[in-house]
Amino acid sequence: MIYSIIRFPGSNCDWDMYYVLRDVMNVVPQFVDYREKSLPQDTVAVLIPGGFSYGDYLRSGAIARFSPIMDAVKKFAYAGNPVIGICNGFQILTEAGLLPGALRSNDSLNFICKPQKLVVENNQTIFTKRFDLKQTVMFPIAHGEGNYYCDSATLQDLKDHHQIVLRYQNNPNGSTDDIAGIINQKGNVLGMMPHPERASEAVLGGEDGKMLFQSLIESMTQNV
Amino acid sequence: MMKKLTPTEIRDQKLYLQWGISEDEYQKINDALGRLPNFTETGLFAAMWSEHCAYKNSKPLLKQFPTTGSQILQGPGEGAGIVDIGNNQAVVFKAESHNHPTAVEPYQGAATGVGGIIRDIFSMGARPIALMDSLHFGELNDAHTKYLVDQTIAGIGDYGNCMGIPTVGGETTFDTIYQNNPVMNAMCVGLLDINDQQKGAAAGVGNAIYYVGAKTGRDGIQGAIFASTEFSDEQETQRSAVQVGDPFAEKQLMEACLELIHNHSEYLVGIQDMGAAGLISSSAEMAAKAGYGMHLNLDLVPQREEEMIPYELMLSESQERMLLCVKQGFEPAVEALFAKYESEAVKIGEVTAGDRYQLTFKGVQVADVPVHALVDEAPVYHQPSQKPQHISETKKQQYQPKIENLTKTFQAMLQQPTIAHKGAIFERYDSQVQTNTISTTQSDAAVVRIRGTQKTLAMTTDANPRYLYLDPYYGGQIAVSEAARNIVATGGIPLAITDCLNFGSPEDPESFYELEQATKGMTEACKLFDTPVISGNVSLYNESNQQPIYPTPMVGMVGLIENPAWITTIDFKKSGDLIYILGETTAELNGSELQKMQLGHVEGPLFNFDLRYEQEQQELLTQLIHAELLNSAHDLAEGGLAVGLAECAFASELGCDVKTNLTATELFAENQARFIVTIAPDKQKIFEAQVANRATLIGQVGGKRIKIATMDDVIDVDLKNTKESWKGALAWQLN
Repeated sequence: MIYSIIRFPGSNCDWDMYYVLRDVMNVVPQFVDYREKSLPQDTVAVLIPGGFSYGDYLRSGAIARFSPIMDAVKKFAYAGNPVIGICNGFQILTEAGLLPGALRSNDSLNFICKPQKLVVENNQTIFTKRFDLKQTVMFPIAHGEGNYYCDSATLQDLKDHHQIVLRYQNNPNGSTDDIAGIINQKGNVLGMMPHPERASEAVLGGEDGKMLFQSLIESMTQNV
Repeated sequence: MMKKLTPTEIRDQKLYLQWGISEDEYQKINDALGRLPNFTETGLFAAMWSEHCAYKNSKPLLKQFPTTGSQILQGPGEGAGIVDIGNNQAVVFKAESHNHPTAVEPYQGAATGVGGIIRDIFSMGARPIALMDSLHFGELNDAHTKYLVDQTIAGIGDYGNCMGIPTVGGETTFDTIYQNNPVMNAMCVGLLDINDQQKGAAAGVGNAIYYVGAKTGRDGIQGAIFASTEFSDEQETQRSAVQVGDPFAEKQLMEACLELIHNHSEYLVGIQDMGAAGLISSSAEMAAKAGYGMHLNLDLVPQREEEMIPYELMLSESQERMLLCVKQGFEPAVEALFAKYESEAVKIGEVTAGDRYQLTFKGVQVADVPVHALVDEAPVYHQPSQKPQHISETKKQQYQPKIENLTKTFQAMLQQPTIAHKGAIFERYDSQVQTNTISTTQSDAAVVRIRGTQKTLAMTTDANPRYLYLDPYYGGQIAVSEAARNIVATGGIPLAITDCLNFGSPEDPESFYELEQATKGMTEACKLFDTPVISGNVSLYNESNQQPIYPTPMVGMVGLIENPAWITTIDFKKSGDLIYILGETTAELNGSELQKMQLGHVEGPLFNFDLRYEQEQQELLTQLIHAELLNSAHDLAEGGLAVGLAECAFASELGCDVKTNLTATELFAENQARFIVTIAPDKQKIFEAQVANRATLIGQVGGKRIKIATMDDVIDVDLKNTKESWKGALAWQLN
């Protein structure tokens, strides 16, 4: 059971994800280079970490989606397997069309890094089943382009299908409907701007993020 | 394009004067070569003999600094200094100033300052784990300063954030004196496996000189010379001397270099950043350090602009470039490794026997000079020094503040931009990437863990230029002491320092006096605290139209916390905890934030300072922390006891009830060597036995108000409201 972490040029939360999975969650992570054309055979989940893939040139995530590995990621997702994109990973997933909407510049136009209270809006997903519905959790954010946008029809669609998984309690960046994280209709592709991997050890200020990884790992173990 | 003059035209038209070479220096160059230097050679000497590269005015002063110690693996002279922290690990750090570029083009100036200091760290074989900064701006009352602040912050943030290196702390102050000359200092800290330690040396005849990273353009040409002259009203024309940064390119370059060093060190002889004075300084220094000559073919230098001439190629300060010396036979392996990171690696020359530094371009030799003349033979000047008039003629009395309404004075103090919460700046930096940041603003020094060990590093940057302006000697002692105090209050043992000496023109005797006295004071403090100076830089000529900045020696200090139980933060922990003050408070207000707030400037003789007493106080605090008696500790700095107590409360959501036998004025005194500590009530006996009479009980933690009673007046304010206005003050003033 391998948790594959996709590494693009400019990814910089790759090791943070790796250490949380290996040292805190005790599962087996493996880096996958963006030039690969396939995922490791035993991959049970794909994680796309934060960072500045291709320096955020053009638009964040806009170039990464053309990387060779993305065909394999899409195939993996279409087959119903779990894919999480965090921060830049979320931006890549929207650019790749695996999730609806887009991430724009924060309305302050500034990068923002600080802990942020989130409300769990859907705990019926493989990624969030350990949380209570409406539970408040604290994850840090660290982004310049985290302002989620979608048109009103898409927003209605997201609501109708319970795709809004996390909302900000105090919207920091202008996101539509306070959206911090969404899931696809099938329920296997999650994108979120906040960083659960930065909130998985008490010594770093909180452990709420662990529950997200626990949910995923339990879902994987039960599937076997 | 520049017009190339012949050697005799250079002599006759005195082109060298424009490039900062004096008549005497020009004669020395003639003597070293035994002929007139040509256009390219004149440029090489101008860069290498600039203050920025050669420290020709500051060298005699820098020599006093202690630079060695049992813990020091590498002192000044390489990309960065290295300190052993045990278990085959070492911490690598250095700070650098980018004041002139930041003044002219703040976004790129600040960004490339960060980029440059990061390269210094990974050139030593270390992975950068943290960034810090030290910023001094003018008052926030004009649009240009607000623009400078905004763009400087954006530049620092965008570079570090993209590189994935957390910016964990720093300081920002505001004073009119920096209106036209902001100070931008950046520090980078790296972690090194001692087996991976590198040097910037090019040895072994026939070994290859590799240029790796970004292409060379015309940006930053003469940057080192630019940094070694004063600003005048024509500074706008110097915009072309500012470099442009690309953090994505540097991230790729860093990963490639670290893979080369960590996994294939057998390919490598030496590695160095192309920083100030670009290709010339890196290549000449690598050759000189190893005792070899070098030949470079400039046609091979990757170029992004057309028709660049040798002078431009050698002096460009284009960013994200490194120079490697690669062992013969490993050239294809190195090229393949860099190709993996889509980073260019081009062989541009080789190590030669002897001492000649030779450049060819389009088949013609364009420079042939003894490398030691370039690197080691810059003249050294002992500049005249004179006590500044404002010190020699000052009235010998302490400032007598007027405090009509203590609560109002307290609240006004909390709104001062230097005191106010720095979230509006700090939250624009990614402080958490790499998931090792344990504390940023909750402690006097930032705390970063060393993964896989019990150890953490404490780090801080400090300068209080107002103290130095009033008394550069004691101010220099205080700068080092304050940094040590911040490390100690966080539970660390100071290891070493790096510095950026930001001063006015050394050719002005009063400015030189400040540099001389400040470095003397710093030297004494560094010796006493056993914190050698392992790296740093000098930024002189920080003046506009003959107005120098305050003497601003930034001290960047790193300390080691061996036991996680010793990590100490400033926030009040529990209602009922007892609050003590360590150290003595007097009514000496010269140099204080209160004097600055009320008069608009500081003046008079600085308050008394005793270095030995400071050390004793720090040792006491360390004993208390190691005995695990303290629930919190905070050093007292700008704004004195009143502000210090407020900061402990703001960090915690818990108020305090304090009664002191001080006067209202003394609440704002900035005597050094003081701490506020809190303890659990059940530890009172053992604590008081340990401190004897060296700490005074002043109150208790608890409640929703900050209450501070003095002999003559009382502060009594609502915690939440006061915190909100302290938190919002800077953002409001930046708008």
